[in-house]
Amino acid sequence: MEEQLTGRPRLGEKILKGAFFCCASISVVTTIAVICILAFETYGFFVEIPITDFLFGTEWTPLLQPKSYGMLPLLCGTLMIVVGSSIVALPVGIASAVYLSEYASDRVRNIVKPVLEILAGIPTVVYGFFALTFITPMLQSIFESTHVFNAASAAIVVGIMVLPMVASMCDDALQSVPDSLREGAYSLGATSFEVTIRIVLPAALSGIFASFVLAISRAIGETMAVTLAAGATPNFTLNPLESIQTMTAYIVQVSLGDTPAGTLTYKTLFAVAAVLFTLTLFLNLTASSVMRRFKETYE
Amino acid sequence: MKDNNLNGRHLLAKIFRWTCIAVTGFAVLILGILIYQVTVMGLPWLDMQFMDSFPSRFPERAGIKSAFFGTLWLVGLTALFAIPTGVLAAIYLEEYAKPGKVTRFIELNIANLAGVPSIVYGILGLALFVRFFHLERSVVAGALTMSLLILPVIIIASKESIKAVPQSLRQAAYAVGATPWQVIRHHVLPSAIPGVLTGVILALSRAIGETAPLIMMGALTYIAFIPEGPMDEFTALPIQIFNWTARPQLEFHELASAGIIVLLGVLLIMNSIAVYIRYRGTRSKM
Repeated sequence: MEEQLTGRPRLGEKILKGAFFCCASISVVTTIAVICILAFETYGFFVEIPITDFLFGTEWTPLLQPKSYGMLPLLCGTLMIVVGSSIVALPVGIASAVYLSEYASDRVRNIVKPVLEILAGIPTVVYGFFALTFITPMLQSIFESTHVFNAASAAIVVGIMVLPMVASMCDDALQSVPDSLREGAYSLGATSFEVTIRIVLPAALSGIFASFVLAISRAIGETMAVTLAAGATPNFTLNPLESIQTMTAYIVQVSLGDTPAGTLTYKTLFAVAAVLFTLTLFLNLTASSVMRRFKETYE
Repeated sequence: MKDNNLNGRHLLAKIFRWTCIAVTGFAVLILGILIYQVTVMGLPWLDMQFMDSFPSRFPERAGIKSAFFGTLWLVGLTALFAIPTGVLAAIYLEEYAKPGKVTRFIELNIANLAGVPSIVYGILGLALFVRFFHLERSVVAGALTMSLLILPVIIIASKESIKAVPQSLRQAAYAVGATPWQVIRHHVLPSAIPGVLTGVILALSRAIGETAPLIMMGALTYIAFIPEGPMDEFTALPIQIFNWTARPQLEFHELASAGIIVLLGVLLIMNSIAVYIRYRGTRSKM
């Protein structure tokens, strides 16, 4: 058998490797498909509607007469959700991460961490239900002028929804700060508050920042809760107690009806989705590059 | 630090600590309220009649039979498409791919796909599977869309778990003359399987809860039958819940909560299995 020591060419191994490569490249094909479809239909849309009207118009009534295709009301609606949910999720997320990482005993950690994971796994439609049946009535009892569908309720529930992600990403960031830094500060007489605020949080800043950016990206793309709680009226308003419409909610609204392919209304879906895709892609890339470039390494 | 006010500093530290505790407690409390609210509203409606009826205009006759079986079909087919593809892709990236531009590009791509909003996948499904491939509103079109959606999750989890297999195991197998595939089949995969399974189950539970992509594809229609083949129309649990929640009447909201109890029950079972596998996996390694 000496002549076989060099190994014979194995066709099976090559075929397997090729098959595995195909599986891996599906992700690239998916991205290309998304970009091509969005670009193609959006181009068709801009042939009929000037891009400046679309980006800077303040009336969004593609389903009513007279039709108007200015998407600022949708952007404004999405922005309100983003701001509102950030007000809820970012401080609460950081505070619970600080508690989990700096104060909690292992026993508490082992209970709270899974609870956060469960919160993160609850489907978005359930949060939408929660907003409509619990948060909105609560808001209505505080502010009488609250509409049944309002931006505030949706923003709060989206905040609750992204909270587990912020908390666990911040927790990871805080945990990766080496104990020697904390011990150094404690030995100089700092209190636990000073250690956390002046030493641990600044050292974990890149991870915390990345979690914020991803939270915003999630809030922009969030669909079901916003559709159920915020309504379907593209008002160009900053009043959180009024009904609004986000980009995602508009896409749902159109797809609930029967829209034949090729119509202008059908193309608006893709134009709005293209804006959505671009925004979230930009935010996700920012988050990952922040994580990579500003990662503090301690030896 | 100009102040020597030690008491003040300690007080501040104490206040800070209790604020953090209170805020974390608040987050846990919300989960409690959510579950309480859903249970109180939905439990009276949850009976065999509810499980065994089709949707109806009359709340007392409505049920989730078609939605429940639709979800089973959807998850089954999604698992069939996504698990092999995802795991094999992870094997390629960890075991075969040479570090270089192509590999980096693929990995960057997967990471970004994981962050694409689910409704964009819905648009992709609508344009590609429903319209271009003429699969219409079938289970198979829904499952293909869901597969694309959860593929990044499966790949990332499987990669982590394959990466954690010690290099010495591979080297030992190669040293006695195993081919790459034999090394993977007999050594890498068996030790990576608990992690892979956990990732797969979590990905599938995401597919169970996703609503937006299915609504995009037009799955929100009145369906009073159980799909009998992959080309049949279907509805799913989250869609039925959305449908009931979007109606103004209180009875339908209560029906929605009953549906949510079923949905959360299914997810809880799947998550428990995942946790159990992870627990056994970490124990056997020690």
